[in-house]
Amino acid sequence: MNENKPSASKRALNFLGNNAVPIMFIIIIAICIPIAGFSPTFLLNEIVTRLSRNAFLILSLLIPIMAGMGLNFGMTLGAMAAEIALILTSDWQIWGIPGIVLAMIMSIPISALLGLICGRILNAAKGREMITSYIISFFMNGVYQLVVLYMMGSIIPIVHTNIKLPRGYGVRASVDLTRIRKCLDNVWSINIAGVKVPLLTLLIIALMCLVIVWFRRTKLGQDMRAVGQDMDVARAAGIDVEGTRIISIVISTVLAGIGMVIYLQNMGDMATYSSHSQIGMFCIAALLVGGASVDRASIGNVFLGVILFHTMFILAPSAGAVIAGNEVIGEYFRVFVSYGVITVALVMYETKKRRAKAGMGAQLAAAQQEGDKR
Amino acid sequence: MSEYINESNRTLLDRVKGKLKEFGLPRLIITAFLLLMFIIAPFTGANFWTQITNVINRFSWNAVLVLAMVPMVHSGCGLNFGLPVGIIAGLLGATLSIEWGFTGPMSFVMAILIATPFALVFGLAYGWLLNKIKGGEMMIATYVGFSVVSFFCMMWLVLPYKKPDMAWGFEGTGLRTTFPIDKYYGGVLANFLRIQIGRLVIPTGALLFFALLALAMWAFLHTKTGTAMTAVGSNATFARAAGINVDRIRMLSVVMSTWLAAVGILVYEQGFGFVQLYNAPFYMALPAVSAILIGGASANKASITNVIIGTILFQGMVTMTPTVMNGLINLDISEVLRVIVSNGMILYALTRKSEAVR
Repeated sequence: MNENKPSASKRALNFLGNNAVPIMFIIIIAICIPIAGFSPTFLLNEIVTRLSRNAFLILSLLIPIMAGMGLNFGMTLGAMAAEIALILTSDWQIWGIPGIVLAMIMSIPISALLGLICGRILNAAKGREMITSYIISFFMNGVYQLVVLYMMGSIIPIVHTNIKLPRGYGVRASVDLTRIRKCLDNVWSINIAGVKVPLLTLLIIALMCLVIVWFRRTKLGQDMRAVGQDMDVARAAGIDVEGTRIISIVISTVLAGIGMVIYLQNMGDMATYSSHSQIGMFCIAALLVGGASVDRASIGNVFLGVILFHTMFILAPSAGAVIAGNEVIGEYFRVFVSYGVITVALVMYETKKRRAKAGMGAQLAAAQQEGDKR
Repeated sequence: MSEYINESNRTLLDRVKGKLKEFGLPRLIITAFLLLMFIIAPFTGANFWTQITNVINRFSWNAVLVLAMVPMVHSGCGLNFGLPVGIIAGLLGATLSIEWGFTGPMSFVMAILIATPFALVFGLAYGWLLNKIKGGEMMIATYVGFSVVSFFCMMWLVLPYKKPDMAWGFEGTGLRTTFPIDKYYGGVLANFLRIQIGRLVIPTGALLFFALLALAMWAFLHTKTGTAMTAVGSNATFARAAGINVDRIRMLSVVMSTWLAAVGILVYEQGFGFVQLYNAPFYMALPAVSAILIGGASANKASITNVIIGTILFQGMVTMTPTVMNGLINLDISEVLRVIVSNGMILYALTRKSEAVR
C-alpha cells in the first residue's frame, strides 16, 4: 500500500489533538504570567530550582510505561524508602554530601524490596496495574506508618530526641534536614544573570537521561518494550514476561527512592507522614502535562512537563489572588488542574485503546469482505 | 456401612472447606479479629453495651454509602471509586436546603429532593464517560471523583452562600470547612423511634431508612431491568446478544449509585452531626469499597447481605480497635491498622484471578 500523505490542515489538527494538554498549559501560563506579576528572574530561579528538585523523580516513571504497565502510582514506595533512609542518617548525624550519598545507598535495598513486592502483586493484577499500584501505595503507607510511628525507637534504635517523639518511640511529624539542605545543589553551582543554576544536580539528571537512553537499547530494555507491546507475543518469543515486569517496577522504585533524596535535600525539611503522599500524583501530573500518555513517554515529556506544570504551580496562587481576590482559590485551582490532567490523560488513553480495537475489527471485516469478493 | 459414613464425612468436610474457601481467608481473619475484640473488650473496662451501641450507630451512618456500591458492581462497572461524585451532589442538596431556610426534619427531606436532580445530572455525565472507557472504569472513576471534589473546593468558596450558620462570618462569602447541623437535620433519623435499654441505644429510624433502601434495591434487582443489569455485569456480549441495551443499563446503574451516594452522605451527616466540605469527600470512597469487599463482594458480584455484613465488620473493627487497644496496651495503632486492613482488602480483591475476566 502506498502511503497517503495527509493534508497540511489534517496534520495540524492531528498535532493539536496529540499535544492538547501542553498547548492548554502554555495558554494558561501565558494568561497568568502578566496577572501574577512576578519578575522574570524570580520566575526563572523558581523554575530551575523545581526542575532540579523534581526531574529525577519523574524520570523514574518512564521505565514502567515502557514495559506497558502504565503510570506507576507505586513510585510512592520509593519515596517512603528514601524517607526511612533519611530518618536513619539524620539520627546517626551523618550530614552533608556523605549523608546524602549514604541515604541514597540505604534507600536502594528498601526500595528494591518494596518494588519486588509491588511487582509481584501487579503481576497478579494484569490489565489493572494502575488502580492496583495506586491502592498499593495506600496500603504501604499504612505499613510505613506502622514502622515509623511504632517501631522506630522501640525496635529500630533512634537516639536523638529531636527526631523521636517525647513518648519514647515513633518519629516526630517533621524531621529537620537543614544540615543537608541544598548540599548537593551547592557543590557546583553558577550564577547566570541572577539565576542560580545547580550544575551538579542537573548533571546527575542528565546522566540519568543518558542511562535511560542506553537502557532502551540493551537486551533487557528491548525485552521490556516487547512485553509492553504484547505480553503473549513476548512470551512466545521466549521472554520471561513476569520477571521483566518485576524488574521494571524494581528499577522504577529504586530510582524514585534516589529521586526522593534529591528532592528532600533541596527542600531541607521532611514532613514524615505526608511528604510522600502527594508526590506520586504531582509527578504523574507533571509528566502528563509534558505531553506523555499512559503508554508513551519520552525524556522530552519529562522536562517540558516539569517546566509547564511547576510554572503553573508558582503562578496559580498569586493569579488566583488577583482574579478571585482569594489566594486559596489559586491553590485549589492547581490541585484541580493536576487531577483534571490525569483524568483527561486516562480517558484519552482508554478511548484510544478502544478505537484501536474497533479499528482492528473493521480492518479484519474489510479484509474478509475483500476475500469474499475474490 | 463404614464406607458410607466415611463418604458422608468427607463430603461434609469438603463442604465446610468449600464454604471456607468461598468466605475467603482475609474475611475469616477479620471476623475472628472482631470476635476477639468483643471478647477482650469487657476486660479492658469498656462497657459491652456501649460498644454495641457504637457499632450499631456507625453502621447506621455508613450503610447507605456502602449500599451505593451495589448497582455498579452488578452492571460490571466495577467498584465505584467515583463515589465522591454522588457525595458532592448530596452536599449540594444539604447546603442548598439549609441556605433556603428549611429546618428540622423538613431540611432532610428537602436536602434529598434538591440533591436528586444534581445526582441525576452528575450520574448521567459520569455514566456517559464510563461507557466511553469500558474496561478502565476503576482508575478513571477514582480521578473523576478527585477532579469533581477539587473543582467543588473552589465552588464552595465562590458560590454565593449567605446563611451565617454555614458561611464564613467575617468575609461573608465562602462556606466553612465543617459546620454543625443540630438546628437542621442532625440526628433526624436516629432520634425517630429511638430505643434505649440501659446503655444500649438503637437508632431505629436510621436503621429503618437503610432497610427501606436495601429492600428497594433487593426488589429492583429482581425486576426485569434488575435482572438485565446482572446479565450485563456477568457477560456483556451475551447480554447484548439477548437484546439488552448494555450502555443504557450501565448508565442506569451509575445514576442509581450516584443518587444513593448523595442520600448516603446525608444519612452519614445526620448521624455524625456535621457537614464536612472541601477536602473531606476525597477519600470517602475507600472505606465504602473495602467495607463491601470485607462483606464478601468481589469486583463483579455483590449482594445486600454483603453490604450488611461488610459494614458491620468494617465499622466494628474501626470502633472496637481503639478502645480495646488503648485499654489493653495503651497503644493506639487502630488508625494504622484500619489503613492496612481496608487497603489490603481492596488489593486482595483486585488480584483475584477469577475476577480478572472482563
